Amino acid sequence: MSKKSFNPLPGFRITLGFTLFYLSVIVLIPMAALVIKVLGISWREFWETAFNERALAAYKLSFGASFIAACANTVFGIILAWVLVRYKFPGRRLVDALIDFPFALPTAVAGLTLANLFSDHGWLGTFLVPQGIKGAFTPLGVMIALTFVGMPFAVRTLQPVLENFDRGVEEAAATLGAGRLRTFAQIIAPTLLPTVITGFALAFARAIGEYGSVVFISGNLPFQTEIAPTLVVMRLESFDYAGAMALAVMLMIFSFVLLGMINLLENWSRRFQNA
Amino acid sequence: MNLKKKYKELISKSDRSTRENPFVKWLLILIAMAFAAVFLLLPIINVFAQAFSKGFGAYANALAQPDTVAAIKLTLIVAAISVPLNVLFGIAASWCLAKFEFRGKAILLTFIDLPFSVSPVVAGLMFVLLFGANGLLGPWLQAHDIKVIFALPGIVLATIFVTFPFVARELIPVMQAAGSSQEQAAMTLGASGWKTFWHVTLPSIKWGLIYGVILCNARAMGEFGAVFVVSGHIRGQTDTVPLHVETLYQEVDPAAPFAVASLLAFLALITLALKAWLEWRTERHHEAAQHPPELPLVVDTSHDTERFARGRA
Repeated sequence: MSKKSFNPLPGFRITLGFTLFYLSVIVLIPMAALVIKVLGISWREFWETAFNERALAAYKLSFGASFIAACANTVFGIILAWVLVRYKFPGRRLVDALIDFPFALPTAVAGLTLANLFSDHGWLGTFLVPQGIKGAFTPLGVMIALTFVGMPFAVRTLQPVLENFDRGVEEAAATLGAGRLRTFAQIIAPTLLPTVITGFALAFARAIGEYGSVVFISGNLPFQTEIAPTLVVMRLESFDYAGAMALAVMLMIFSFVLLGMINLLENWSRRFQNA
Repeated sequence: MNLKKKYKELISKSDRSTRENPFVKWLLILIAMAFAAVFLLLPIINVFAQAFSKGFGAYANALAQPDTVAAIKLTLIVAAISVPLNVLFGIAASWCLAKFEFRGKAILLTFIDLPFSVSPVVAGLMFVLLFGANGLLGPWLQAHDIKVIFALPGIVLATIFVTFPFVARELIPVMQAAGSSQEQAAMTLGASGWKTFWHVTLPSIKWGLIYGVILCNARAMGEFGAVFVVSGHIRGQTDTVPLHVETLYQEVDPAAPFAVASLLAFLALITLALKAWLEWRTERHHEAAQHPPELPLVVDTSHDTERFARGRA
């Protein structure tokens, strides 16, 4: 409050008040409702619904598919960011603008069109299905959908760092006799590492919570293509509130842990960049 | 002459070792473009190709169905309520966070980001547990005959939750960068707080605000998971456009869901175009700020020589 006397601008109380009110109504109270409701169920019931076989299968697919999707996004994200920042070629601006497409496209539409592309008669499925690569209604389909939704995170986190990368360092390495590959492996890659990991974590976090696109492409078969958010919805639709809550809490704890790690990573990479 | 040749050789040599060889370069471009084609270009083209696969008549017919029209109306109403509310919140939050110092600021910022890290399905579940028949406020709402879940208020609340941080996140850095000296000057000159905001602050955050609104609106109209959970997914009543796509997907006509989905894909393309235009605009603005055009050219060059000379000294 002592600092307030230095600031003649009005509206602090009312804007802060409204911010806290709105935050409480929209975010904090609903979140508290989940916590209060979960505390109402017994520990045993929580354990049995949060860790029964079907739930474990759903976690496994959710984490596995999200992990693989985030890995694919990291590898292709590095290549895409590199190509978009370093090279000039026809179509570069178009692709650069399209990177945000998975952000802008409603997930339902993404799921719909991807399921169609990889189905037996789809544009890609006609070639892939005879090769034994089935994208629709398989775990692979889940990975494809999750790769789609996570892609912008991997590319967009890396792009500004690559743009601001000091080319002088590369020139120094070259004058000291390093080849291009060695420069990349020993000079560029270590500098980019914290950002790459942050991009990976963001894509991973996005994939874990995703629901809309997966519904269309996975077929939602229990034990096979059912992800954790789908199981939450399934349980809710059969009025198994305790089961839905238990899973939701597990998902929420996981995303908060991930969020904390991302924040730590960002601090680390900021220090890394300044050093 | 010999020196010049040697210099050229040195340049080309350094060029070779700070750039990839052409084969590697084009291979990387090829991989990147193949990935972009499969995951970006084909999905968009496919939406429109499938939507029109049975001709324009069938497309128009699919869109003219009463349930589709009802879904479009509902989506527009939901966006018309939730986006302005988030704008109001975004302005209030950025004003108090960017212009003032207070304890707990970092925590407040973290809380504002929280909805981004919660799965939309879990977000929907929270509102069901609060307002649903078995929810904490369920009995009270039933006694007063107020419907939140499986009705418009629930859909709006869930949509606000998932789009909560968009406008605030855009505005906070813009307001912080602008500082508060201009507002203080306006106040010193006798402007009221409201007048200062309207004539000084708002023009400076205008483009950031538009950017935030565009992103917020795209997500509000396209949200699936959270709305799926709270709306009950009742055809013709609580189906928003994305939910209606799923309803049609379960039916026989394969082109119908794509026809409805094409509306959302079109919205996404407009969003991207506006976003690209805004970014291009601010980029140009930044360049203009770095090289102010008001400076007479003559002065500029002399300034350069002076700086050059100083640099040499």
